[in-house]
Amino acid sequence: MGWNLKDGLRDCLIAAAPYGGPIALLREPQRRSPSARPQLEIYSASGGTLASFPWKSGVVKQLGWTVCDDLLCIQEDGTVLVYDLFGSFKRHFSMGNEVGQSQVVEAKVFHSPYGTGVAIVTGASRFTLATNIDDLKLRRLPEVPGLQGAPSCWAVLTQDRQSKVLVANGADLFILDYGTCTAVSPPGLSPQATSIIHMCVSFSYKYLALFTDSGHVWMGTSNLREKLSEVETKVRNPPRQMAWCRRPKSQQASVVIMWDRYLLVVGVCKDTIPFHFEDDSVLVPELDSVRIINATNHELLQEVPAACEEIFKIASMAPGALLLEAHKEYEKESQKADEYLREIKEQNLLGEAVKQCVEAAGHEHEAETQKTLLRAASFGKCFLSNFSPEPFVSMCRDLRVLNAVRDYTVGIPLTHTQFKQMTVQVLTDRLVYRRLYPLAIEICRYLKTPEYQGVSRVLKHWACCKVQQKEEADEVIARTISLKLGDAAGISYSEIANKAYECGRTELAIKLLEFEPRSGEQVPLLLRMKRSQLALSKAIESGDTDLVYTVVTYLKNEMNRGDFFMTLRNQPVALSLYRQFCKHQEQDTLKDLFNQDDDHQELGNFYVKASYKEKRLEARMSLLQSAVDEYNKAKNEFAAKATEDEMRLLRFQRKLEEDKGEYLLGFSLHDTLSTLLSLGLHKLAEQLYKDFRVPDKRYWWLKLTALADKADWEELEKFAKSKKSPIGYMPFVEVCVKRNNKFEAKKYVSKVTPEQKVKAHLAVGDLEGAADAAIERRNEGEISTVLSRCTPATDRTLVERLNRAKATATKK
Amino acid sequence: MAHTGRKDAPEPPDFALLKRLAKDQLIYLLEQLPGRKDLFIDADLMSPLDRIANVTTLKQHEVDKLYKVEFKPVVSVSDQLCFLIRPRIQTVKWIADVVNSDKATGRFRRYKIIFTPQKFYACDTVLEEQGVYGDVTSDEWAFYLLPLDDDIISLELPEFFRDYFLEGDQRWVSTAGSALHLLHSLYGPFSKVYGIGRCAKMVYESWREQVEDGEQKAQQPEIGNVFLIDRDVDFVTPLCSQVVYEGLVDDIFRIKCGSVEFGPEVTSSDKGVKVMLNSQDKVFDEIRNEHFSNVFGFLSQKARSLQTAYDKRRGMDIKQMKTFVSEELKGLKQEHRLLSLHIGASESIMKKKTKQDFQELLKTEHSLLEDFEVRECIGFIEEHINRQVSMIDSLRLLCLLSLTENGLLPKDYRSLKAQYLQSYGIEHLLTFANLRQMGLLVEQQPGEALTAVESKVGKLVNDKTAGKLTDAFSSLAKKSNFRALSKKLMLIPKTGEEYDLRVPRDMAYIFSGAYIPLSCKLIEQVLERDGWTGLEEVTRLLNGHEFAVTGGTSGTEARNKTDPQRIILVMFLGGCTYSEISALRFLGREKGYKFIVVTTAITNSSRLLESLLEYQA
Repeated sequence: MGWNLKDGLRDCLIAAAPYGGPIALLREPQRRSPSARPQLEIYSASGGTLASFPWKSGVVKQLGWTVCDDLLCIQEDGTVLVYDLFGSFKRHFSMGNEVGQSQVVEAKVFHSPYGTGVAIVTGASRFTLATNIDDLKLRRLPEVPGLQGAPSCWAVLTQDRQSKVLVANGADLFILDYGTCTAVSPPGLSPQATSIIHMCVSFSYKYLALFTDSGHVWMGTSNLREKLSEVETKVRNPPRQMAWCRRPKSQQASVVIMWDRYLLVVGVCKDTIPFHFEDDSVLVPELDSVRIINATNHELLQEVPAACEEIFKIASMAPGALLLEAHKEYEKESQKADEYLREIKEQNLLGEAVKQCVEAAGHEHEAETQKTLLRAASFGKCFLSNFSPEPFVSMCRDLRVLNAVRDYTVGIPLTHTQFKQMTVQVLTDRLVYRRLYPLAIEICRYLKTPEYQGVSRVLKHWACCKVQQKEEADEVIARTISLKLGDAAGISYSEIANKAYECGRTELAIKLLEFEPRSGEQVPLLLRMKRSQLALSKAIESGDTDLVYTVVTYLKNEMNRGDFFMTLRNQPVALSLYRQFCKHQEQDTLKDLFNQDDDHQELGNFYVKASYKEKRLEARMSLLQSAVDEYNKAKNEFAAKATEDEMRLLRFQRKLEEDKGEYLLGFSLHDTLSTLLSLGLHKLAEQLYKDFRVPDKRYWWLKLTALADKADWEELEKFAKSKKSPIGYMPFVEVCVKRNNKFEAKKYVSKVTPEQKVKAHLAVGDLEGAADAAIERRNEGEISTVLSRCTPATDRTLVERLNRAKATATKK
Repeated sequence: MAHTGRKDAPEPPDFALLKRLAKDQLIYLLEQLPGRKDLFIDADLMSPLDRIANVTTLKQHEVDKLYKVEFKPVVSVSDQLCFLIRPRIQTVKWIADVVNSDKATGRFRRYKIIFTPQKFYACDTVLEEQGVYGDVTSDEWAFYLLPLDDDIISLELPEFFRDYFLEGDQRWVSTAGSALHLLHSLYGPFSKVYGIGRCAKMVYESWREQVEDGEQKAQQPEIGNVFLIDRDVDFVTPLCSQVVYEGLVDDIFRIKCGSVEFGPEVTSSDKGVKVMLNSQDKVFDEIRNEHFSNVFGFLSQKARSLQTAYDKRRGMDIKQMKTFVSEELKGLKQEHRLLSLHIGASESIMKKKTKQDFQELLKTEHSLLEDFEVRECIGFIEEHINRQVSMIDSLRLLCLLSLTENGLLPKDYRSLKAQYLQSYGIEHLLTFANLRQMGLLVEQQPGEALTAVESKVGKLVNDKTAGKLTDAFSSLAKKSNFRALSKKLMLIPKTGEEYDLRVPRDMAYIFSGAYIPLSCKLIEQVLERDGWTGLEEVTRLLNGHEFAVTGGTSGTEARNKTDPQRIILVMFLGGCTYSEISALRFLGREKGYKFIVVTTAITNSSRLLESLLEYQA
């Protein structure tokens, strides 16, 4: 170990993170006098100092590490302080107010798929649990019947997507979840025991070990349905620490129990292995092993992996062992190599042998042994034709990475199994937390991690760290960062800028934002930094309306109305957006907007629109009057005139309502006229026609249709004769025909223009007339039209005449 | 690419995947609110939702009752309310009211809003302002694309058109970008992207950004090229009357989300019927792209062949009869049913469309397109307005007149507007203001005045960084330049020649041989030239904003060779019509392409103009 501890690990609170994580050490936590404060020290797993500082806060009950390498210090009063790897304070939270008086008696930090959790038990024997400290939700667990003071032992379990607490009070066991407290009993627990004094749960939460005052260790599944084994240890004092030591899918699970300087490995198979120590030690349970740390050494205790056992067992005849032997002989240039090789090949096990060697290499920690095994594997591979090189190649890569991080300067002693479980991403994260950027980048490059997951991420972290260096000038930092980051894929300058802003370096943040290629990303931060104008133009530049909207709303609340409108005026996109919002939400604001812009045209439109929402006539009139005024200001005479006409029409309609009781309010001029005509109010209609200068054509059409609808044929005839029709007389014919009055229709046939004669005759069904007209006009097309309407059987003479006429017409 | 000759158009990729993805995500979101719940759905999401997950599926995921969002107080008794809505302020406000009224009566419920396809900040703001932000949880259902058919995908966002082109609101741009991104990640990578229009450019950029942010997978592309086009590049085409069968059905019966409701007059029974119109319907598939004048011929031929198939029964022995019944009869019956439906629909269309009025309407349209006897057209329009034939049709003719003539003479503008107001009420003053802003119906300005406006707008645009932004009023200065474009691109086939609609020789057949749709012609030209070179004059007339970008992949050498390179995704921003789709299908058959049409919504002249009305009684 790289550290130099005078007093060993005595009187220390220690927490070591799994997966070869860092170690935190608090000496003499009980000491309170201001003159001699306890010292909090943070070391890497190899004992390299990362941080050391005097502890100035309250009494710490428990230390623990989160999944992202943050240190949790749980104090007596229920406050939890969070520090990073380098001992800088990050934040704090509380485990509940009720903890206050009763104080935390014991606390545990645990990991689950949901993150890192904290569980405490208070002096009042109540448990409080938080499953994920990043999304803090405190759960106060129900009371345990008959429990006074601290329980004899307890553990946190994660089962069925829920965190539960397993508590022992004497010989009784209880499971506490959010709502209930259930008494449970482990099947087949030896009856001599009067109290369970220690317990531990496996890394995967699947297995449970209980230590009783009779010296028995009960091992079983954590759901307490199955007993695996029970072993008597012959030691009755309570152990200092207990941990499961098993690798995934292993057959030889065991529990490691540690008393002062005595360690016992108790297998499920009932075998025990004793170890003696010289020094106080700490057990760190891992996924596939247990690490043992003391003042001088850091050891790994694990079940020997099957592959290694097969190969290195004395006189092993396993294919892997033979292959290793063969390769050794080959190096010596001895023909025995061939013999060994043949032996494997005869059993058809060469593939198996290579696999064993590769796997064993993964479990070995000595680089030399790894190399030997890999060389043997590579040698064996040469004699195989169809063997996938993938496992071999990836193992070589993994080992290279593993050896690099196991180096004492880095100090992350991972096993291959752990590495596979934690993934490269997490490993890079851990390196980044330790600020080992170059190594992290190298690893990412070496393993060809996609840029935005690997190198870019590391660079981003580096940059975020860089902006915190207070001694360097903004200019310099910005330049360094942009130089190094260049345009690595997936770098978000806005995140870095955000970090800079958090550190109070607004200017630097703005400089950094300049590098952000996506303007959309710059906006939220600019807003937070109160650079709203800049934010607005950036938002517009991004073309993302939603973003523009964000800024506009923000500005609206930030600025006074006048300034706000002025700002919008210079940004048409924002303005049109805001207008749309106002249209739905704030009609009055819309008016103000137009007013400020002197947009009289739009104001006019606004009033017209408003008038339609208004039920009362007076209000409607006054709105329309405003519209007229605005249109006049906008020099839109046409609209002004049209609006005035509308007002006149409304007045007329009101008068009509008063005089005749006809409700026509809101009808268009056309509809009003047609209603009047159909009601027979010809005088009024006439008046309207003159007042509004309705075009003659329209009036004639209207009157014609209205009269025909009423079948007032007499009036129609009078009307037709009143003066020369501006729409001709064809419509008269058509209208009559439409109402199936051919008799009336015929009256007008003679009046239509020569061009329409044929059509008119046809319309009333007068074939002969049509024929006469067509022949008279000598129009070939028209003659054909008539012909097509004739039935040869009945109109034979007519057809002949027409054909003759057609012939002459064509000749011409 | 004429030299490649006529290859058979490749098969389009399978877009059913899009539906599956949307369905899975919806189910996941529904499960985020465990327990029984009532579901409120935005009215216009009903049909699209039905295509993704039917009622049974919803019930399986603990949806008790389904309600339409109707802006009325809620009668549900459920303790959990889930709202599936478009991100509209009005709807969110209504939800806030629901929550607040529950609060007032002391009722506790859980509320969840699922915004689709995305949430807007404005929605959060409304919730915050109404003080219910904490009471409601919200999620996004990234349901961007609904495949309507093998080759039609719709975003089902009809408001895109008004929001973007009229209100100058770019909120949907990123939505369109995301939709494109989704297609890219599933069927890409695209090797070449062409586009024209401001919005197209912004969508392209939004998409590029997403591509750069995300992970890139190397996969075999299923779609080679993409063409993005703004609706305002070509307003003329959607404003013309449609005369191809599918378009006609849409104009008359309104196809909604790929299905149509035929009323009793079509089914000749007392009940209406809802029919899906897509390539699964074999009868429809054959006539959808046909000019209406051919449809009856097809249908009667079909009827005869169907009869022959039925007639096979005669003289069969028992065994043959058995196979006939089990294998063919069902298909024949189905076909029979569809056939009678389409015959009914055609008859109904005939009744409406062969009337004198419609013929004259078409004649007027064609005259306008050809710049022929314009004065008479104006007379016709005037009469049309005076007789109150149809509010929308009159407006449509006015717009066509303005677009083809590059604005109306001030005298005509005033008189036609005044007459229109007399017919339909003064509220249309606002409609005219909107149409003017869109550049759809404008007054010809004396030369100087226009340049003044133009320079003012131009200045505004230049002031802003790199022209990345849209000015809300850009369309003010926009001239349609239709006449010049029509000459340059030869959109009007030579008159005088007989045009056989049975054997169409170019895309003009969709308008009875009178006009080749500008949008489709542009696509054809760009694909042929592999870019915009040689079209400089055209793009200038279209106000620029054209682009052609070759993707990161080595697309160029693969061009013309592989099938995916001949699958072209055309994205219409602001909607496209069935006629345009028919034209593209025709173009595809001619040149051996397969066009996939992605549109913000299927539109037609009525929908387009209705969306621009300001005041609806």
